Amino acid sequence: MSNLIVSASPHVSTNRTTRNIMLDVIIALLPATIAAGIIFGWRALAVVGITTVAAVISEYLFNLICKKEQTIGDLSAVVTGLLLGLNVPASLPLWQAALGSVMAVVVVKCLFGGIGQNFANPAIAARIFLLISFGDTMTAVVNPIWQEDMAVSSATPLGILSGQAGELPSYLDLFLGNHGGALGETCVLALLIGGIYLICRKVITWHTPVVFIGTVFVFSLLLGQDAIAQLLTGGLMIGAFFMATDYVTTPTTKWGKVIFGLGCGLITVVIRVYGGYPEGVSFSILLMNILTPYIEKWTRTKPFGGVKA
Amino acid sequence: MSLWKLKGVSVEHRKNTAKMAPVSMPTPNSVTIPVNMHIGAPAVPTVKVNQEVSVGDLIAAPNGFVSAPIYASISGIVKKIDTIPTSMGGTTTAITIESDGEMRVSDTVKPPVVTNLAEFIEAVKQSGIVGLGGAGFPTAVKLSVKDLSQIKAVVINGAECEPYITSDTRTMLDDAQWMEKGFKLLEKFLQVKQIVVGIEKNKPECIAKMNEIATKDPVVSVKALPSLYPQGGEKVLIYHTIGAVVEEGKLPIDAGAIVLNCTTLAYIAKYIETGMPLVSKCVTVDGSAVAEPKNVIVPIGTRLGDVFDFCGGFKEEPKKVLYGGPMMGIAVQDLDAPILKNTNAIIAMNEKDAAPRKTTPCIRCGNCVDHCPLHLNPVSIAKALHDKDCDELKKLKVNLCMECGCCSFICPTAQPLVQNHKLAKGLLRANQAKEAKK
Repeated sequence: MSNLIVSASPHVSTNRTTRNIMLDVIIALLPATIAAGIIFGWRALAVVGITTVAAVISEYLFNLICKKEQTIGDLSAVVTGLLLGLNVPASLPLWQAALGSVMAVVVVKCLFGGIGQNFANPAIAARIFLLISFGDTMTAVVNPIWQEDMAVSSATPLGILSGQAGELPSYLDLFLGNHGGALGETCVLALLIGGIYLICRKVITWHTPVVFIGTVFVFSLLLGQDAIAQLLTGGLMIGAFFMATDYVTTPTTKWGKVIFGLGCGLITVVIRVYGGYPEGVSFSILLMNILTPYIEKWTRTKPFGGVKA
Repeated sequence: MSLWKLKGVSVEHRKNTAKMAPVSMPTPNSVTIPVNMHIGAPAVPTVKVNQEVSVGDLIAAPNGFVSAPIYASISGIVKKIDTIPTSMGGTTTAITIESDGEMRVSDTVKPPVVTNLAEFIEAVKQSGIVGLGGAGFPTAVKLSVKDLSQIKAVVINGAECEPYITSDTRTMLDDAQWMEKGFKLLEKFLQVKQIVVGIEKNKPECIAKMNEIATKDPVVSVKALPSLYPQGGEKVLIYHTIGAVVEEGKLPIDAGAIVLNCTTLAYIAKYIETGMPLVSKCVTVDGSAVAEPKNVIVPIGTRLGDVFDFCGGFKEEPKKVLYGGPMMGIAVQDLDAPILKNTNAIIAMNEKDAAPRKTTPCIRCGNCVDHCPLHLNPVSIAKALHDKDCDELKKLKVNLCMECGCCSFICPTAQPLVQNHKLAKGLLRANQAKEAKK
């Protein structure tokens, strides 16, 4: 009797796993998290900590109660929690932050069948849930800790771009994150470092972020907006690099990614310029998430040598 | 020419034996030669138990046009003709010869008379040569082209894109003179005007050696291919060498190409000059469990176990043993499996290499779509197969899949994508049969 393993080819494989892809995303989010800690202080880290822990516990308990195989080891809940934390203001009550994570993981992800099955990005959907449910605390303007006493501005830069009273910070301040806003959105530099890391590690491709950001720039310019400020404010960078590139809820094809980025860019600018909310990134990604299956069908790759039936 | 390159995956090359010229192994005590070592109808045994045979004696005759003759690889006595399991899951008739240790060559081995195309094709048929790159398609059938003007180019496959395998590398280095003679035969009898040798860039010595021939022979040229698996896939190779696309349901010849493996060509030239049919094979023996990896010239039908023994046995317990390379190789049940005509490597993996991966839920990363050389969509095929949606599977062209393994290789969640494609093809076949009945 032989004890050789018989299995189908191939017999070698990449050493990539869901877990180490998620680990790369976590690493890519670290600069932004650290920047948030520097800009907004310990409160920011407390918010990120609570969203992350709540996300992981939610997934753990859901699997336990539903008697499903435990999946927290794939680290996707950590990524969801981290992203949600970076998308809310540092002053958000911690219970609201935790509730957001429960919403993201349990309702948006697990109830649809867990990782790979959800149609909307959990962090985005939860952010919108929080925005609608807790408008006051979610839109509270939090300034960097060194500006706390100065009452520099009562509006975020994006609010100012949308016509609220206040003076727009310089491009350099916008780039470095020296202004108010959601805790992980402000430091464009840190987000770019993370985004480029993801592209270098081949976790994401350039298509979606470049087209998304490019569309926002060109479309803002056409509408006579301060296009550079549009790029450097709000959730554009974190959205383009980290949320619009989520595997599960965006197209798998190259052209699909291009269309996805284009759609996100257009919707973002329309909401920013004409909409009731100052920010449109989350809504644009959520809307495009819904269109993903169709985009994927339209952009399906053409088999090499395939003949139309 | 090809405007853009087809995709693939970067697989660690592991060409550990590239610098090792092949060595002949001592005659094994016995060989077991299956009659179905080619695509097409199995050959029919022509010998009886207890009959004495010499090297090169016909022991099984082709059964029909798409078939191939089989010759004794050692001299001795036919011990039994019985049924053995195959690595494909079925069974086959096999002829076991017990060696007399003499390796006496048969009187029937003499160079064939070849003066025209018909005699050339007949000689290739008599040689028992089949596609030695791994497919095992009878070469004479491939060369039987109705109208010679159809042949725009012969593409010689020296890509050897599978990890570990270096037997083609050694052919190009050690048997270059045979390949040169093979080129001349193609030019003379098939009136070939263009011969392109496609070689992956990771074999600069082979490229240099073939370029030496190309400078002497204006018909021959060498195309350096990217070191990206699967350059040796027939459609990929044709596209990257002569820029032609083989359409669905068509053969390479419909795109003006005949593809021959470099070792196949060298064997044809050897047979025409010496009359010795295909009875032995250069096989790369490697893998993490093998003590002394080598290139070995092995009589066809030799037990894998005997070949591994010749290579110093195992340094670790083998957990998986393959015919061929790790991307498309076939796992064998036990070490009694014989070396076949189209075996170009045998790989023995240790426990670590053979450990199965754990499949986790698909995260739709799209890597399988990105890396498919033939632009198929494995993630959609998986869904259509799950739904048993035959119309969708047809639309997705799963029948085009060459099972190269790129999708399964690159998948971070270890989805059984190649298996899906095999199952989907089976489902479509069954569905077609059902519809035909109606």
